[in-house]
Amino acid sequence: MRKYILKRIGISLLTVFVLATVVFFLARLMPGGPFSDPKISATARENLAHYYGFDKPLIEQYFTYLGNLLHGNFGYSTKYPGQTVNALLASSFPYSADLGLRALCFAISFGLVFGVMSALNRGNGIDLFFVIVAVIGTSVPDFIMGAILQHFFGYKWGLLPIAQYKDITYTILPSVGLGFYTMASVSRIMRASMLEVVQQDYIKTARAKGVSNFRITWKHQIRNAIMPVITILGPIVASVLTGTFVIESVFAIPGMGKYYVESVQNNDYSMILGMTVFYGAFLVFCNMIVDILYGLIDPRIRISK
Amino acid sequence: MAENKAENILEISHLEFSFRTYGGVVKSVRDVSFNLRQGEILGIVGESGCGKSVTCSCILKLNPEPPGFFGKDSSIKYKGEEIVTKTNREMRRIRGAEIGFIFQDPMTSLNPTMTVGKQIEEVFVGRGVTGAEAKRRALEILTLVGINEPERRYKQYPHELSGGMKQRVVIAIAMVAKPSIIIADEPTTSLDVTIEAQILDLLKELRDKIGTSIILITHDLGVIAKMCDRVLVMYGGRIAERGTVDQIFYETAHPYTAGLMRSIATLDTAKDEKLVPIDGTPPDLFAPPPGCPFAARCEYAMKVCYERPPKETQLAPEHRCCCWLLHEKAPKVDLRRGRGEGQA
Repeated sequence: MRKYILKRIGISLLTVFVLATVVFFLARLMPGGPFSDPKISATARENLAHYYGFDKPLIEQYFTYLGNLLHGNFGYSTKYPGQTVNALLASSFPYSADLGLRALCFAISFGLVFGVMSALNRGNGIDLFFVIVAVIGTSVPDFIMGAILQHFFGYKWGLLPIAQYKDITYTILPSVGLGFYTMASVSRIMRASMLEVVQQDYIKTARAKGVSNFRITWKHQIRNAIMPVITILGPIVASVLTGTFVIESVFAIPGMGKYYVESVQNNDYSMILGMTVFYGAFLVFCNMIVDILYGLIDPRIRISK
Repeated sequence: MAENKAENILEISHLEFSFRTYGGVVKSVRDVSFNLRQGEILGIVGESGCGKSVTCSCILKLNPEPPGFFGKDSSIKYKGEEIVTKTNREMRRIRGAEIGFIFQDPMTSLNPTMTVGKQIEEVFVGRGVTGAEAKRRALEILTLVGINEPERRYKQYPHELSGGMKQRVVIAIAMVAKPSIIIADEPTTSLDVTIEAQILDLLKELRDKIGTSIILITHDLGVIAKMCDRVLVMYGGRIAERGTVDQIFYETAHPYTAGLMRSIATLDTAKDEKLVPIDGTPPDLFAPPPGCPFAARCEYAMKVCYERPPKETQLAPEHRCCCWLLHEKAPKVDLRRGRGEGQA
C-alpha cells in the first residue's frame, strides 16, 4: 500500500511540473503581451518589461519562474500592480474552495442517497421521482439552475438571500445550484450500479447464507456499487470546481473565477500561470486522493500496483 | 434395495414453479416429486434449461417471487416442515444453517470486497454465535476443505485465491454451519479437470465425515457415475427417469437417458466412430407440449407421445421411468442400439 501511495504522489508531482511548463510556453504564444495597450508609450513599455524581467531570454525566464515556483512564489500581477499573485489567490481561493466543497458534499451525499433509494424502490413511484430529478439535473446547466433557484427561493418566496457570500444562509443556493448537476449524475450512476450489483452471484450467495436483506444491502450491495462513483470522483471534483467560476458570477461571489477570466484577457502572464498551476495542482491532488481512496476500498487495486 | 432403510430428510411432491415474464408464463418445473435420504448423494442430470437449477433453488426459496411463483399443489417438506409457505424471514433460519448451497461459478460467487473469513463467518450472523466461536469454526472449516495456512487465507480477499481455492471457500461457506443438506449446483463446471476431481473427492469426504445429504446438479454423466447413489434425469421441467447409478447406466429405460449415454465418449470409443448427438432443441417452456416433452426429439416417438403425458412406471425397486414405450401395448425397442448405429 505504501508503495502504491508513493507512486501516486510521484506521478502527481510530475503532472504538475509538465502542466507548469506547457502553460508557461503556451501563454507566451498568445498574441500581444501584458503591456500592449496603445496608450502606453514605447519607453514605458520597455521599462515595464525590464521591471518584470520580460526582456530576458525566454529560457532564462522559464528557469527563474521554475525556481520561484519551487518556493511557492507565483510572482507579481501586471494587471494589479504591486499585488502578488499569491496575495490575490489567498484572498479569493477561500471563497471558491468553500463553495466548491459545500457543493461537493451536497452532490455526493444526496446523489448517493437518491441513487440507493431509487434502486431499492425500482419500478415504483419513488424510483420514478428520483429518476425524473436526475434527468432534470443532468440536462439543466449550472447557471440556469442558479437563476431558477434565485428566482424562486430568493425573489418569489424570499426564503434565502439572492447573492453575495456572508453567513451560512448565503451559501445554500449557490452550493445547490453548483452541485445539482453532479448530484444528479452521482444518483444515476449509483442507481445503475446498485441494480447491476444486485444481480451478481455473490448477492445470491449471501441470500443462500441466510443473511438479512438489510445486511445484504449494506455490506454487499452498496459497498460494491459505490466503486463506479469513486472512479468518477476525480472528474466530478474537476467539474464542480470549474463550475464555480460561472456560479460565482451568477451569485456575485468574490472567488477566483473573476481573476481567472481577467488574467487571460489581459495577458497577465504570472496571473495566468499562477491560477492555472494552482488550480491544476489542486485537481491533481484531488485525483491523487481519489486514487488512494480507491485502493483503500477495493482490495484488488492495492495488490496489483 | 435400501429403499426404506434411511429416512427421507427432504420430500418434494408435485413441485411446480413458473416465472411470469413479458413473453408469458414460463413453466420451469412441472410436477416434480422426489425424496432425499439421510446421507445420500442424489444426482440431478439434464441439459441447460431443463429445470434442475430452478428445482433446487426452490428448496431454499431463492427464486425471486415475483416474477416466480409456486404451483398450487407444490410441497417441499424439510424434516416434515413445509417450505413453500414460509416467509423470507422464516427461510433465513434454514438457509445456510440447515441447507447449504454451493453455486456454479466460484469466480463470481464471492464478494470481492470482503475477506474470505468474514464471508464464511457471515453464516453465523444473527444466529447467536459469538465472534470468537464463529472465527474458530471458520478456521476449522477452512482446514477441513483442504486450505493450507487457514490463518493467512482467512484474512485474504477472494482475488488473492486461485479458482480451485475459491471453490473450496464456497464449499466452506456452505458447510460451516454443518447443514443437513448441501445443494451443489454444478460445483465443478468452471474448474479444470484436476481441480474438479479434488473438489468432488472433497465433497464425498465431507459427506462421509459429517453425514450431510448432497444434491448434486450436473450435466456431466461422468460426475454422476463417480459421485452419486441415485440419479434423477430431468427433461423439459419433468423427471424423465430415476434410479440408482447402475440402473441408469446399465438398465437405461428412457430414450432421452439413452441419448445422453450415446453422446459421451468412452475409452472404448473407436477413433473414427462418431458420437451421436440428440437432434433438435429442448421444448419451449412457454407452451410446453401436451404429451411427453421429449417426443419431438425422440426417435421412437409414437402418436400417443405427442398427445398425452406418460405416467411413471416402476421398473425395479428405485428405478422408475416416464415413457410410453414402457406401456404394455408399446413395441419393444432396444435403446442400446440407436437408430444410427443399427446398420453399422
